[in-house]
Amino acid sequence: MKKKGVDFLLLLGSGLLVYCLIASLAWVGVIDEYYMQLLSVAGVYIIVALSLNLITGFTGQLALGHAGFMSIGAYTAAIFVMRASLPLLPSVLLGGLVSAVFGFAIGFPTLRLRGDYLAITTLGFGEIIRVVLNNLEGLTGGSAGLQGIPSFSDTGNYTLDAIIKFSWIFAFFVATVATISNLIRSSPGRVIVSVREDEIASTSMGNDVTRYKMIAFTVSAFFAGIGGGLFSALIGYLNPSDFNFLYSVNFVVIAVLGGLGSLTGTVLGGLVFTFAQEWLRVLGDFRLVVFGLLLILLMIFWQSGIMGNKELSITGLVRRIFRKGGRAQ
Amino acid sequence: MSIPILQAKEISVVFGGLRAVSDFNLTLMEGELVGLIGPNGAGKTTVFNLLTGVTPLSSGEIAIRSSKDGKAHSTKGMKAHQIARLGLGRTFQNIRLFKSLTVLDNLRISMDHLRRTTIADAILRTRRFSAEEEAFTARSVELLKIFELDDKKDLLARNLPYGEQRKLEIARALATDPKLLLLDEPAAGMNPQETKDLMRLIAFVRERFQLTILLIEHDMSLVMNLCERIAVLDYGQEIAMGTPAEISRNPAVIKAYLGEEEI
Repeated sequence: MKKKGVDFLLLLGSGLLVYCLIASLAWVGVIDEYYMQLLSVAGVYIIVALSLNLITGFTGQLALGHAGFMSIGAYTAAIFVMRASLPLLPSVLLGGLVSAVFGFAIGFPTLRLRGDYLAITTLGFGEIIRVVLNNLEGLTGGSAGLQGIPSFSDTGNYTLDAIIKFSWIFAFFVATVATISNLIRSSPGRVIVSVREDEIASTSMGNDVTRYKMIAFTVSAFFAGIGGGLFSALIGYLNPSDFNFLYSVNFVVIAVLGGLGSLTGTVLGGLVFTFAQEWLRVLGDFRLVVFGLLLILLMIFWQSGIMGNKELSITGLVRRIFRKGGRAQ
Repeated sequence: MSIPILQAKEISVVFGGLRAVSDFNLTLMEGELVGLIGPNGAGKTTVFNLLTGVTPLSSGEIAIRSSKDGKAHSTKGMKAHQIARLGLGRTFQNIRLFKSLTVLDNLRISMDHLRRTTIADAILRTRRFSAEEEAFTARSVELLKIFELDDKKDLLARNLPYGEQRKLEIARALATDPKLLLLDEPAAGMNPQETKDLMRLIAFVRERFQLTILLIEHDMSLVMNLCERIAVLDYGQEIAMGTPAEISRNPAVIKAYLGEEEI
């Protein structure tokens, strides 16, 4: 009980430390607005990639349509803010909920099957959502896109705005990591992982495998929707054609890059992915070629991603330091 | 002692045109230890898959007495996990552990069906949640002690030596709190000393947890020494049933194993 309390404080402290560091560096101008925006975008990508990792990395079911769930969340949040004048926070949460409902509806018929049916279904689903959003012109603005979505903050002070935007994303990022990590490190979470390991063995131990796949998939869709809602307020403009199949693949790339089955890996993967794409802009037309080449090389020489399925643990690190100190006596 | 815990009546399964198991009958009385033997490909593992609901029956009926309400339930229309929850644990011929999880987690996964807390408890890390986690862990460690695996509880299952992986499979099956245990070739790949230890272990857990055991085994010394009754399967059909002494004298069994004498 005491150990648990210490762990919690350590995580809270380190989270606050990272946040304060970035926010103050932005305030004094070391990190400019461009990089703050980039960090915020990376944050959104990480949230969606974390949600994908839950179903693909931990449950072992390949999903290729997370751009679809993200766009549902994005449009739902934007429409509630613009048309119903709802505040941003409930709108983003509603985006997540609506996305979760879609996740449940899609998962229900497909997750009872074994194998890669989910990959095909989610792929098709992502495309259907894109076409539907394109054609619901009255609600979504159709292919012209949805413009003028209110931002998190509009004070006129660019530095302050950038910090406030980042704060929103960071808060949701922390909540996402905490929820998914607590879920995984619990009895139902262990069953979710056992589905990846051996579905038949898990069933034979009395576990309702389909039910746990549904839970993982619905939670995954929820956070992808949250990511979408945040994205709409961060960018201020939505266009259905942005949420295409390749966009879904980006999240698979982040999850694989960081390591399937590792939350900290996904965080690192999201940062590497976002920043590499920006820094490679100097290469002009060759950017995507070089980026693709880098991914191929990485997958050849570093097959299980940056973290494999291990986690980087601050509490573990601290405990190890303490234990070493204890042994020295 | 004379109450049946499992009754399979004329169960059959057809794969394509092949009748892998044909009108197989089996009654297990409470507390019995019964062996299921037969030449390779006779359909022994298929019988296990039918009893556990992993493979659906083509025809026939299976009734299992639930460890919870003590009543016999037909497994018709039940999914494998529901059948398991009646108090039926099993191991697999080709070890199917959760290989990249720890030894402890392999056991705790078997206890989730006993969970009383919700997912919200898990996410919010409530007191109820912590108490239940501790209870699951304590029960797992207790089981691991029986199998002398408690000091390896934090190792990944895949890093255990082969013999211990086999033992972990039995421990994991016991973690579901079964009354009926199906062991699919528990001694496969073990040396004679390991087999001997395993026999002692099976006898011990049987006593300790008051189990009824059905086991598939190729090691004849194990089967003959341990089992009270033996069913012999050949080409999906039961060719003999009886005590070890009767089985070893049965001409049909000798024929199935050694072939017919040619004159």
